[in-house]
Amino acid sequence: MQFFYNIGKYFIFLGKVFAKPENFKVYYRQIIKEIENLGINSIAIVAIISVFIGAVITIQTAINITNPLFPKYVISLTVRDSILLEFSSSVVALILAGKIGSNIASEIGTMRITEQIDALEIFGVNSASYLVLPKIIATMLFNPFLTVMSILVGISGGYIAGIASGKLTSQEYLYGIQYSFVPFYVIYGIIKTVVFAFIITSVSAYNGYYVSGGSLEVGKASTKAVVYSSVTILFFNVLLTFLLLT
Amino acid sequence: MITVKNLSKSFNNIQVLRNFSVTFERGKTNLIIGESGSGKTVLLKCIVGLFEPDEGEVFFDEIKYNNLNSRAKREIRKQIGMLFQGGALFDSLTVEENVLFPLEMFTEMNLEEKKEQINFCLRRVNIQNANHLYPSELSGGMQKRVAIARAIALNPRYLFCDEPNSGLDPKSTIVIDNLIKEITEEYNITTIVNTHDMNSVMEIGQKVVFIFEGSKEWEGSNKDILDTDNKNLNEFVFATNLTKKLKEKTT
Repeated sequence: MQFFYNIGKYFIFLGKVFAKPENFKVYYRQIIKEIENLGINSIAIVAIISVFIGAVITIQTAINITNPLFPKYVISLTVRDSILLEFSSSVVALILAGKIGSNIASEIGTMRITEQIDALEIFGVNSASYLVLPKIIATMLFNPFLTVMSILVGISGGYIAGIASGKLTSQEYLYGIQYSFVPFYVIYGIIKTVVFAFIITSVSAYNGYYVSGGSLEVGKASTKAVVYSSVTILFFNVLLTFLLLT
Repeated sequence: MITVKNLSKSFNNIQVLRNFSVTFERGKTNLIIGESGSGKTVLLKCIVGLFEPDEGEVFFDEIKYNNLNSRAKREIRKQIGMLFQGGALFDSLTVEENVLFPLEMFTEMNLEEKKEQINFCLRRVNIQNANHLYPSELSGGMQKRVAIARAIALNPRYLFCDEPNSGLDPKSTIVIDNLIKEITEEYNITTIVNTHDMNSVMEIGQKVVFIFEGSKEWEGSNKDILDTDNKNLNEFVFATNLTKKLKEKTT
């Protein structure tokens, strides 16, 4: 029962978030600020994880392909498709759910318990829209860049690891990442990223917005934000894969 | 003027406000006093619309506030300034940006006019050379003064203060109290202050309403309070040894 109550409350919350903004100029500035807070500040972590995951996939695939009948370029082909289809969209989204999801929930939750949200309401500002809409727009605009960057860095990481470990040659790697390439996989990854960005931001903001109590509850809301957005991402990952790839 | 008629509010079957009726006058500092947990903050939040009352009506001058839709309520709220217990300054904004916020959101002023208004408001509350500091870098008293500056930035018609002196030393308390009184008279606004500080009552309580267990127990001025025979009010006002001795001396 509580589950359906929360689903209903979440959609009412979204209704408030997508109400007409009071002042577009102020919202525009907020979006730019949030792109920096939530997007640009995530570049380093996404890059670091991508380069290492690319390297690990390369080494693991090379180790597991023992049959001499398989050409070496299968290794980089596997790296490319793993990164394109799953890692740079879904796994990066789960990482971002941890990083920016907890950040959003604790920021908004702290604003709630310190009456800053009440202060916004008293000013006549739609607090849900003012606080959340710029974050949703910022992540939906910027996260696709993170995904593209993650793809490029991940494949580069694989290249470095493959060459450095002597598992395959530069030529084999480059041939593999071009072999039987399906451009739609990039679009598929970006579509998933945009949907996941919406989920991370809105679910986390919802958990922070309705906090009541003190710092302990803010901590709990932050944890809930990460857990719920991660589970929702996993569910939509299956759904989108089914809709877009089958 | 703000009129409250038969206001009731409960949370989880616990009645916090019971059939509360009162009129707060314009140009006066109206004080709501009462013990912690007596329902002062709930009353204030019901009046401004942060809590939806179970029963009763709230009138801002002639306008029945409860019946308005959220957009119309927001229009009234633009005429409200509120000082929260903890200041409620926006952490991520500097002092200047906090005061700028309502101007940016709701006025068509140009940059120069906005700057002028910010400096006017900050001067009015005696804040100097702190424009670029963040709330965490200010003392409690300064935070309250900045919150007042933000509250008066749009020249409100109604000012609400929820325990403005909590956590402040006696000197800062007097500064904040006087500021609230001066602003009320200067702007001729309806001011409602929640407090349990008897110093504030004696300093600025032009109209005092005593709330006890969610009901209005007594109302009058700060001059009447010392001579009241209301048992609950007497117990509240003369709770400390200091006030008891003062009363013994005066009688």
